[in-house]
Amino acid sequence: MTQSNRIPGGQIDRSRSLSFTFDGVTYQGHPGDTLASALLANGQRLMGRSFKYHRPRGPISAGSEEPNALVELRGGARREPNTRATVVELFDGLSAESQNRWPSLKFDAMAVNDRLSNFFTAGFYYKTFMWPKAFWEKLYEPIIRRAAGLGSLSREEDPDQYDKGFLHCDLLIIGAGPAGLMAALTAGRAGARVILADEDFRMGGRLNAETHEVGGLTGADWAAQAVAELRSMANVRMMPRTTIIGAMDHGIYAAVERVSDHLPVPLPGKPRQILWRIYSHRAILAGGATERPIAFENNDRPGILLAGSLRAYANRWGVAVGRRVAVFTNNDDGLRTASDLKAKGMEVRVIDARKGEEVVDTAGRLGLSSVTIRSGGRTETFACEALAVSGGWNPNVNIASHHRGRPVWNDTIAAFVPGQGDIPGLEAAGAAAGRFSTRAALETGAAAAEGALADLGRSAPARDLPTAEDGPYAITPKWYVGGGKGRAWIDQQNDVTLKDVKLAHQENYTSVEHLKRYTTLGMATDQGKTGNVLGLAVMASLTGKSIPQTGTTVYRPPYTPVAMGTLAGRSRGQEFKPKRLTPSHKWASEQGAVFVEVGQWLRTQWLPRAGETQWRESVDREVLATRKSVGICDVTTLGKIDIQGTDAGAFLDKVYANTFSTLAVGKCRYGLMLREDGIVYDDGTTARLGQNEYVMTTTTANAVLVFRNLEYARQCLYPDMDVQLISTTEAWAQFSVAGPNARKLLQKLVDQDISDAELPYMGCREITVCGGLRARIFRISFSGELAYEIAVPTRYGDALIRELVEQGREFDAVVYGTEALGVMRVEKGHVAGNELNGQSTALNMGLGKMVSKKKDSIGMVLSQREGMNDPNGYRLVGVKPVDPAQKLTAGSHFLEKGAAPVIANDLGWLTSVVHSPHLGCSIALGYLKKGDERRGQRLRSANLLAGAEVEVEIVSPHFFDPEGERLRG
Amino acid sequence: MIINHPILGPRDSQEFVYLGDAALIDRPDGLAEGALDTFHDYLYLRDNPAGLHRELWYHEQGDRSWLVVTRNTLTHEITQVELARDVARARGRSK
Amino acid sequence: MFGTGRYSGWRVVKEALTGHKGWGPAWRDPEPQAAYDYIIIGGGGHGLATAYYLAKEFRQARIAVLEKGYLGGGNVGRNTTIIRSNYLLDGNEPFYEFSLKLWEGLEQDFNFNAMVSQRGIINLIHTDAQRDAFTRRGNAMILNGADAELLDREQVRAMYPFLNFNNARFPIKGALMQRRGGTVRHDAVAWGYARGADSRGVDLIQNCEVTGIRTEHGRVTGVDTTRGFIGAKKVGVAVAGNSSRVMAHVGMRLPMESHVLQAFVSEGLKPLIDGVMTYGAGHFYVSQSDKGGLVFGGDIDGYNTYAQRGNMPVVEDVAEGGMSLIPMIGRARLLRTWGGIMDMSMDGSPIIDKTDIEGLYFNGGWCYGGFKATPASGWCFAHLLATDRPHETATAYRFDRFRKGLMIDEKGQGAQPNLH
Repeated sequence: MTQSNRIPGGQIDRSRSLSFTFDGVTYQGHPGDTLASALLANGQRLMGRSFKYHRPRGPISAGSEEPNALVELRGGARREPNTRATVVELFDGLSAESQNRWPSLKFDAMAVNDRLSNFFTAGFYYKTFMWPKAFWEKLYEPIIRRAAGLGSLSREEDPDQYDKGFLHCDLLIIGAGPAGLMAALTAGRAGARVILADEDFRMGGRLNAETHEVGGLTGADWAAQAVAELRSMANVRMMPRTTIIGAMDHGIYAAVERVSDHLPVPLPGKPRQILWRIYSHRAILAGGATERPIAFENNDRPGILLAGSLRAYANRWGVAVGRRVAVFTNNDDGLRTASDLKAKGMEVRVIDARKGEEVVDTAGRLGLSSVTIRSGGRTETFACEALAVSGGWNPNVNIASHHRGRPVWNDTIAAFVPGQGDIPGLEAAGAAAGRFSTRAALETGAAAAEGALADLGRSAPARDLPTAEDGPYAITPKWYVGGGKGRAWIDQQNDVTLKDVKLAHQENYTSVEHLKRYTTLGMATDQGKTGNVLGLAVMASLTGKSIPQTGTTVYRPPYTPVAMGTLAGRSRGQEFKPKRLTPSHKWASEQGAVFVEVGQWLRTQWLPRAGETQWRESVDREVLATRKSVGICDVTTLGKIDIQGTDAGAFLDKVYANTFSTLAVGKCRYGLMLREDGIVYDDGTTARLGQNEYVMTTTTANAVLVFRNLEYARQCLYPDMDVQLISTTEAWAQFSVAGPNARKLLQKLVDQDISDAELPYMGCREITVCGGLRARIFRISFSGELAYEIAVPTRYGDALIRELVEQGREFDAVVYGTEALGVMRVEKGHVAGNELNGQSTALNMGLGKMVSKKKDSIGMVLSQREGMNDPNGYRLVGVKPVDPAQKLTAGSHFLEKGAAPVIANDLGWLTSVVHSPHLGCSIALGYLKKGDERRGQRLRSANLLAGAEVEVEIVSPHFFDPEGERLRG
Repeated sequence: MIINHPILGPRDSQEFVYLGDAALIDRPDGLAEGALDTFHDYLYLRDNPAGLHRELWYHEQGDRSWLVVTRNTLTHEITQVELARDVARARGRSK
Repeated sequence: MFGTGRYSGWRVVKEALTGHKGWGPAWRDPEPQAAYDYIIIGGGGHGLATAYYLAKEFRQARIAVLEKGYLGGGNVGRNTTIIRSNYLLDGNEPFYEFSLKLWEGLEQDFNFNAMVSQRGIINLIHTDAQRDAFTRRGNAMILNGADAELLDREQVRAMYPFLNFNNARFPIKGALMQRRGGTVRHDAVAWGYARGADSRGVDLIQNCEVTGIRTEHGRVTGVDTTRGFIGAKKVGVAVAGNSSRVMAHVGMRLPMESHVLQAFVSEGLKPLIDGVMTYGAGHFYVSQSDKGGLVFGGDIDGYNTYAQRGNMPVVEDVAEGGMSLIPMIGRARLLRTWGGIMDMSMDGSPIIDKTDIEGLYFNGGWCYGGFKATPASGWCFAHLLATDRPHETATAYRFDRFRKGLMIDEKGQGAQPNLH
């Protein structure tokens, strides 16, 4: 294919050609092209289909506001749906497909909707598809859903990397057109730390698209010179291809830098895009303005463009969309398009709305072929391939309105401008502030930078503005051409027409929010950048209200759509959350352990031995071996907090429901921690190592929360207590050694005597192991066995597990995982996570007596509320199947025999279920109404999800060694 | 948001954990008469103002300070940041 | 006496052939009268539903809804459109199941297609403890007459093969599913109730902000508004998000805080996700709208605010959850974010109750679960207003449950609103 519509000039590199495909056809373009400019250069005006009516569409713009020219860019797992061809930087080998059409872009069967448009008016679906009732889900909705959407995702994992970063600056300048460049020069020369960000790959903004001179150079050359000077400044960071997507609080702006989108694939080690959080002291919005169309019949054909965009294609990209051009404008800027195109040798005809001239219709099925105009009561049709439309320019107020401040109507330019001070520290300049001449842009850019410098306490350099045009911008609002019977588009992508707005008005959906939601105006991928103001102006004219009275909808981030991958950064796949590994992890990996996620930790779940094929075999073996001889378990994940100070004991009395100030030095005690609302939230053992020194253990799940709450109590509630806290969870590797031979095994390692006399049950000592290594030992038991927990500095954890295993060989010691741990704690009737569910009281757990009423501890008062002390409430029970062959399921509910399975008969539920190798059956803990009174009763354990029921016997939760003889042994 | 930590200077609010109204510092005496009622009001009822709000933030990814931040709930503007311990002492809390 | 005539497919065809000239206003814009029997403060989903059921089911008249902005501009206009009744606790599940049943007949009832679509909701399971908890919950749902199923990993994979089954930090182990869960076109709910209420004579008064609630001898007499005083025998407050501000007019402090919940929509995409899913290992839930946008959300920002906008940490957190669960969405683009202000209550459950002031009734505290509750909330509030007795499914939603220790704490987080 030849570039039949390429004309001389522009900022493209004609010395090189780039080859690309669209819908399988190969074309040529040049570096500096966008996909849209290259396609237009090749005479391809048709690039997409609209959402609802599948109307043939070409680009109406040359920027990120594009509603029509959306394509699926790239292929395979890198396919990117809904990509605006107008901002895609051309690269060699680029491939793109049109979307939302079948079977082809030129012939789209769904275009039948266009013929039925009279039925598919705004909101038609709210009024129908209701009968018969079942048909909505069975018939109507599936059809609608199949037709929905624009492009499609690949269904494969995105192969690219994304990054996140943080930047700090004195002044962030958003947009590198004349205002932004002048602001950056002013602030940069003053030595301020400046970030200049622009969504385009070529900085300069409209200077690249205009023919007038700046400082005696072409606009583009002046911009290039300014960019070069700025690049030479160490205090200025230039960020092309970077879109500021949102203004957050306190001077923080979110930005997306497209690092690799202009390449076929990212370079090795490079991300596709980076999400930046920019912390700025001051910011200048110099994001320019967006042109808006005028609504007239069939104003959506390929070849009909916004006037400034048509001019940009000619001036910046050397592209003539057509050789015969009509220009329909209500302002002076449209005339500039006419004169620029004439200068390039095109045949141009101006229809100036201010002179009473109007475009009343157009023709051309897949692209514009003629327009019909009306002037002085006469209509006339003439042939042309391009129609430039200008209804005026809207300053890009979006970012300035991200804090929900509303923009202010300016009658002179018939557009909204940013409200003053809507975002603290942000000022608008240039076209974004409604100052449209180049001179005014340079001036306001410099002035905004000078203001920012003054705020920052810096002096500004003497103002040195280049000469530039300062032409007038005279506009007479013209929103739509009335009187016709056809459709005139306002929101092109979503196919919202003048008629839809009129119908919304007729049905009293007149608030701008109702208008938007009822017609879907402004809800397409361009978020109404071209259509919104037009739509609300039409509504204003219908209601008789002024435009500012009618108001705008809310501008919300992001400014342009952002890839989800960019927002996620590296937090995906295995890197979704950090992994915390236990000190025995390396050893356990060598043994082929199975690991389980416990919060961010990976813990050993069980350790299969050769020949074991079922997890139960491994777990049963670990339990039985522990109970028979000795087992070792890594319990490092439990939270550990060192608590020191003369008030440490008094402090613990506040945060625990039971008393710790009376605990003897060298002893441990089980403690129960309540929230202030009286519900149990954590438990654990706390040891008193010295008069003023305690070591607290928490559950794995709540380690962080408990520490936070202790700091809260220390700083906010008891600020004068002499108590210091430090989390030592990661400082100590801790292992439980449990079983009848636990002491014998440990005595081989411990340098001191740990006989029952020296270290009785619930005793603790600071000791040394293996000939002098500092360690701690606690004689506590979760398994119900004679058991100890031994702690060494974390770096010795790997050595200790290996030594314990080695020394344990003579006892046939096993290492057990979390499953065996769970089995033994259920056998022993200890509560854990499933019972500590944040909804249960100490009374529910059978631990009501632990809550001391003699002292003021957190949660003590509110635990006494009547609803939490219901004598008919839940109590912890043990559960056994009457038939030992039957399995219990956690989460099953208790029902009386013969009771119907309805909520009125619900008696509670099974919290934790394990297989007890000792009892040879499934056993469970559960919360049962009046559970204490039901020992010995037979009930049903119903798992209605599986349609299964088991007859169970209610027993004591202490299935194993209820007298506790073993652990005291 | 940025919280200007009295010791560490400006920090992103993402380093902090939010708790709620700083009135939670005024914990009643659990052993006093009528504690059930005072604790109900203390724990459950909130002014929840639209405007200035004194609130507790915890610098969990930092120095573990609890702070009292005065912030406008309509604009998010922060006008004062204090160490919660100082506020607690000033409000008569001790041991 | 009022109304636009019935909506139907035949009517759409007829109007299409006659230039759509016959469609009248969906509701009137009446001037407020001097006094009403019932004033509902708040023209969001719950307020409109309350007025609708008061008029239709409880045969009450002289009703006005006062809305400070536009109808449906509350959280019914900014949510993720999900309906479900997959609650655990006795105080909640019957109410939400009642609501789901009302959704199932809603469109025929108010003659407006709100696109109630029961394409199913799954809550993914990633740990054994989660499975235990969801089993307990699923069984509670069935005991309450709702539907629930427990899916294993392979059943989930069959439904959504593109989820992260190969390289997940937290593997998918199954899901709790409610097939009757789904989505509804949220704005249409507000409009359907508004049109239905208006056609039954309810005055819907937009741009009318309540600036005071007047009482005499412990009894409500009316409200001051930006459009003057309006007398009322009974006043019902349904202004979730702003409950504390409105109830401060009578000096009431509430057990709740206002927080922002952000939600998100992607660009339109061809169909990918049929139902609704929630991620059990991150803050992320998603469905796909009939227009093709992925509608998703996550956690609240977590600080008190009335600003209706959020900040980046939560945006990123939600995207991280999304990418870790659905690895292909890296190249889908986030189109728009929005923020709604939630009444975050002290136990995560709502309040529908009388107040100490005679004739003043309160409905709020919906946290971010208010949308699915809309029909039942309206019905139950109308029941309370009309009969002075709580509806049988809403008896637990009382103010004094905190005093009595009868919290309805589904998440077990205690008296910290931002954790619910």
